[in-house]
Amino acid sequence: MKYTTKDEQQYVNCTLSGPVRVFVKDKKIVRILPLEYTQEDDAKPWSITARGETFVRPNKAGIACWVQGSKQQVYSKDRLLTPLKRVDFDPNGERNPQNRGVSGYEPITWDEALSIVTNEIVRIKDENGPSAIAVTGSSHDSWGNIGYRMSALERFWNLVGCTWIDHDPDSWQGSYWGAIHAWGFHWRLGQPPAFDLLGDTFENTDMIVFWSSDPNTTSGDYAWNETDHWRFHMKKLGIKFVFIDPHCNYTSVIDGDKWIKPKPGTDTAMALAIAYTWIKEGTYDKEYIASHTVGFDKWESYLMGNEDGVAKTPEWAAEKTGVEANIIKALAREWASKRTTLAGGGRSGMGHIMRSSYGHEWSRAMVLLMGMQGLGKPGVNYYSTTGGAPADWEFFFPGYADGGISGGSAGPKDLGPRGFPKRATASQIRQRINRACLPECVISPPQTWRGVYGYYGQSAQQQLTECTFPFPGYSEIKMIYRQGASYIGTMMETNRFARMYRDPKLEFVVNQTIYNEPEAKFADIIFPVCTNFERYDIGEWAKISGYSNKLSPTNARVVVFQQKCIEPRGESKPDYQIFALLAERLGIGEMFTEGHPDEMSWIKRMYEVSDLPKVISWEKFLKKGYYIIPPKMDKKPTPALRWFYDQRPIDIPDRPMSTDRPTNATEGLSRLSTPTGKIEFESQLLKKFDPNDNERPPVPHYVPSWEGSESTEILKKYPLQLISPHPRFTFHSQHDGKTLWNDEIPHHRRLINGYRYWVIRINPADAARYGIKENDLVKVWNDRGVVLCAANVTERIREGAVHSYSSGGGYDPQGEPGNNATIDKGGTINQLTSSRFLSKNCAGMAPGSCLVEIAKWTEGV
Amino acid sequence: MAKYAMAIDLNKCIGCYNCQIACKDEHVYNAFPPIAAEQPAFGQFWLSIEEREQVWDPSHIKVTYIPKPCQHCDDAPCAKAAENGAVYKRDDGIVIIDPEKAVGQKELVSSCPYGSIYLNEEKGLPQKCTFCAHLVDDNWQEPRCAQSCPMSCMYFGDVEDPESRISKFLAANQGEAFHPEYGTKPNVYYVGLPKPNLSGTVRLAEGNECAANVAVTFTGADGVKRQAVTDCFGDFQFKNVAPGKGTITYELAGYAPQSSPLVLDREITFLGEIKLNR
Ligand SMILES: Nc1nc2c(c(=O)[nH]1)N[C@H]1C(S)=C(S)[C@@H](COP(=O)(O)OP(=O)(O)OC[C@H]3O[C@@H](n4cnc5c(=O)[nH]c(N)nc54)[C@H](O)[C@@H]3O)O[C@H]1N2
Ligand SMILES: Nc1nc2c(c(=O)[nH]1)N[C@H]1C(S)=C(S)[C@@H](COP(=O)(O)OP(=O)(O)OC[C@H]3O[C@@H](n4cnc5c(=O)[nH]c(N)nc54)[C@H](O)[C@@H]3O)O[C@H]1N2
Ligand code: SF4
Ligand code: SF4
Ligand code: SF4
Ligand SMILES: [Ca+2]
Ligand SMILES: [Ca+2]
Ligand SMILES: [Mo+4]
Repeated sequence: MKYTTKDEQQYVNCTLSGPVRVFVKDKKIVRILPLEYTQEDDAKPWSITARGETFVRPNKAGIACWVQGSKQQVYSKDRLLTPLKRVDFDPNGERNPQNRGVSGYEPITWDEALSIVTNEIVRIKDENGPSAIAVTGSSHDSWGNIGYRMSALERFWNLVGCTWIDHDPDSWQGSYWGAIHAWGFHWRLGQPPAFDLLGDTFENTDMIVFWSSDPNTTSGDYAWNETDHWRFHMKKLGIKFVFIDPHCNYTSVIDGDKWIKPKPGTDTAMALAIAYTWIKEGTYDKEYIASHTVGFDKWESYLMGNEDGVAKTPEWAAEKTGVEANIIKALAREWASKRTTLAGGGRSGMGHIMRSSYGHEWSRAMVLLMGMQGLGKPGVNYYSTTGGAPADWEFFFPGYADGGISGGSAGPKDLGPRGFPKRATASQIRQRINRACLPECVISPPQTWRGVYGYYGQSAQQQLTECTFPFPGYSEIKMIYRQGASYIGTMMETNRFARMYRDPKLEFVVNQTIYNEPEAKFADIIFPVCTNFERYDIGEWAKISGYSNKLSPTNARVVVFQQKCIEPRGESKPDYQIFALLAERLGIGEMFTEGHPDEMSWIKRMYEVSDLPKVISWEKFLKKGYYIIPPKMDKKPTPALRWFYDQRPIDIPDRPMSTDRPTNATEGLSRLSTPTGKIEFESQLLKKFDPNDNERPPVPHYVPSWEGSESTEILKKYPLQLISPHPRFTFHSQHDGKTLWNDEIPHHRRLINGYRYWVIRINPADAARYGIKENDLVKVWNDRGVVLCAANVTERIREGAVHSYSSGGGYDPQGEPGNNATIDKGGTINQLTSSRFLSKNCAGMAPGSCLVEIAKWTEGV
Repeated sequence: MAKYAMAIDLNKCIGCYNCQIACKDEHVYNAFPPIAAEQPAFGQFWLSIEEREQVWDPSHIKVTYIPKPCQHCDDAPCAKAAENGAVYKRDDGIVIIDPEKAVGQKELVSSCPYGSIYLNEEKGLPQKCTFCAHLVDDNWQEPRCAQSCPMSCMYFGDVEDPESRISKFLAANQGEAFHPEYGTKPNVYYVGLPKPNLSGTVRLAEGNECAANVAVTFTGADGVKRQAVTDCFGDFQFKNVAPGKGTITYELAGYAPQSSPLVLDREITFLGEIKLNR
């Protein structure tokens, strides 16, 4: 019989990197396609006409390659298919914590596993109170507002009580600790909005400076190959692209008109020299400085050398950065004479450089550069080309940071007032841990840091609060409940995490995850979770909301009813169901479920409280699987900071919460949320906090890295600067180390002697000095760890620096886990990064500052 | 009868590898007899991506990604090498390796100059891209690789129908064969294959500052005069230059014009810094 796909069932689902259509036959996934928007009743494509050219919205989702490879993930041999117990763990006898990470596992029933975990929760709470249980999820759960970590995990543990292991603002480091003090936006963790900047850029911009920005790789989060269309169109319109990056990144090799390669971590020096040149040549917007900013004289004084006797000239910067002074001058002149937009980071306000020592100084300097050129003027924006497409933001559908069934911990809290859930939960335990120093909190308390509740962005002051773990009266940690299993790949100096798990202080460790991943191998009990293709959920593609309110890097707002395509593999279950079962055993079943019999009932409720019922019936939504929210093209665009430029009341669909600013008066509405309402060259808050802070002074400074090109002593032993930005062909640890198809991409891993090694990039001149050739196995190390990698010898990385992506999922120690001398074959680059915070008052991770040594590896493994 | 072909716009390709993986998604764990047997999970690339990294100069590196499915040649060496009709060209132009008849014909792998045929060790079966003939026969408009491409840079269709997307694309763009020297009459056309490049950067001798707006004229071996203007960094570039002898001149108001002969004998020519004197 002739083959036809009409014999197959079709489903729609949404992943963390795009919506898809799934074909199923005989209860197995046959194929997965990027969702197309070509049905009769789909929203018609929008278009923007500018400079005589028309851009039309594409008709299908630009998903990531790892989503295209999801089938292999669902059927990966590394899936966890039953609950597991560590063989030498006996909750009523010997626990053998020292064997975590080495001993094997045996399958047990759900009943047994749930009993052990319930008993341990009760025991540990009885003995120490709930704060003895530390809980955390990873940054990026599989998609869906009901099952998301901020939803199910948070609701359950808010009801049970625990010490939350907060994420540090890792994605936002510099913006959060720095840019907030220059332009506010604390409720966005220091990142700027992007409303309507796509159209504004098409119409008005002449040049874009991509500074620590590789949008072709990082996409602005969750939307994968969506924004490349926009950049191709920008090139067609004649917009010039300049890249500042030690790596000639993937956007640059497609679109770049110039690649400028500073030594890693020295960028603030270049920024200062650009500002210096503008002042010297009088090519900045003096009127804007007078009306829109404060403290410019202090900045000018520092730049001119009045403060420390050193003028921040291009020649001075050349010495720090390794970039020729005349190139810096040429860039400064072009920038001032053209309508220039700054793309700082792959999403406005991100960028690997701000995840390095004193990265906040770079982030502040970026805002100030734009301040000198009239930020908000047509074509003059802070915009990474990864958002700002036409969208109807009046249409309400929640994002994951709205908190789902938990009730929400961050952001504008739009769900609660709509009656979702009926009773919101909140953390009852004040004690917190910062995940960046979790091992120290567990192994060697007390630990002190500043910026408790750092992730929530309720105010700028919040980050100045100091805390000491354990909080007075609270318990140390006896149990860890971990959703996801990535930290050995994704956190800093990660041998620390292996050591933590093997510490006898930890009486009990649970891991709840999908694959047999690095951290799972350290748990006592493992709960197997199914993928998003094996459960129902509801979610809008790439919609974060909360601290990223109304920001989307997609071409269309696509709300998806995530249809269950196949039954959960083996005995795996959705997170939600695991928590519902635990809640029942703990006697809080009804409290957890609010009487909803299952996820479908919650999904329907979320549909009801959103604006979907106005546009699509429940029945149709269930059947069709998605709805595309059309933008209102007759609405006048409101480019992100134009209101501020024009000194008008704020007109974008995002504003401070009522507690932040006087929002009643017109005057208040035309202010930024800094103390003065202006761009602050001298931060008023930091001046009050500590005017003598030499690591984050009131006016941003260039501070040489604590581990970088000016570190004289360490450089002798470890002469190469390692940068470890976000992996191009995976979403952090998630699509690596599980025998997947992207492992076959030569940028990602390379097959050498039957093993797929992680790639490290090295300049030909360095490679020649070390006798390293393309595809050689190399050993990369420092005092914190040893990793084997495959060498890629390329001009794309500057001399003196090496480049290897962060966040692998392949941890494979060839000896005692957690020992800094143990060789890792799996490419866990984050063993090498330092756990030192950005700076003394900024408790965030700084992987960008890392020195290593490299050698050709000749011994066998 | 249609004649199927593919055109690939390399100028729009971003090297995302979706096409390579979409092909695996279609053919791994799935068999479509009589067109294709199951593809092993790893090791075969019915669509591989060849990457060309051109270092035009130290501050301009260009990568061209060249997605490479079977070229469905009109004059296919694989068909000639096959015994008992194990490789055949369908009336619609699609070249198929018969998954039964081809068992044991391992030498087919080396018959393809494009390296498009892979050996399934377990089955002793040579395998390759089918242009997703099972889907074409089911009235799909595009094969999987093309459907998955976020940039829609792969055009698939009937080249004999002037109204098809591929015909229209090829009417507007000059399609080229990849490796025409193989002489196999391929049915995959490329737009934007890497070309020889000439570039340099101009400085003002005094102070060594970048010289913007310098008029650069290049006269190539073909006698054609081409013009470029330096940008703010003093950089200029001529794309797609013909090999051979030529001359290049630099003119900037207030500076002495300069002219020099040059020989383009490599794919990439970077002239380095050119200094202008008053
Ligand atoms: N493919 C992919 N995309 C992702 C993710 C992923 O895991 N994979 N993760 C998502 C997440 S969670 C986030 S937070 C964002 C992060 O987005 P970003 O923070 O923008 O991304 P990074 O890749 O860390 O850094 C961007 C660029 O900075 C460059 N860089 C490194 N060091 C320096 C330096 O010292 N100076 C300069 N000028 N440049 C430097 C890197 O080479 C890289 O090209 O990405 C998101 N997108
Ligand atoms: N060197 C270096 N390191 C970095 C960075 C850097 O720039 N350089 N960037 C940092 C940044 S910005 C970030 S955001 C972090 C990210 O680091 P992490 O927060 O560790 O994030 P992920 O790797 O996305 O981890 C997701 C985990 O959750 C699991 N998981 C996925 N879906 C589900 C689900 O539905 N249920 C359950 N139970 N589990 C699930 C996955 O299998 C995986 O184990 O990395 C940081 N690390
Ligand atoms: S590309 Fe190779 S396999 Fe394909 S038809 Fe031509 S010769 Fe045969
Ligand atoms: S046409 Fe089909 S078989 Fe050929 S490369 Fe594309 S997806 Fe693979
Ligand atoms: S899917 Fe398209 S853009 Fe991506 S690598 Fe293939 S051809 Fe290029
Ligand atoms: Ca989940
Ligand atoms: Ca992309
Ligand atoms: Mo992040």
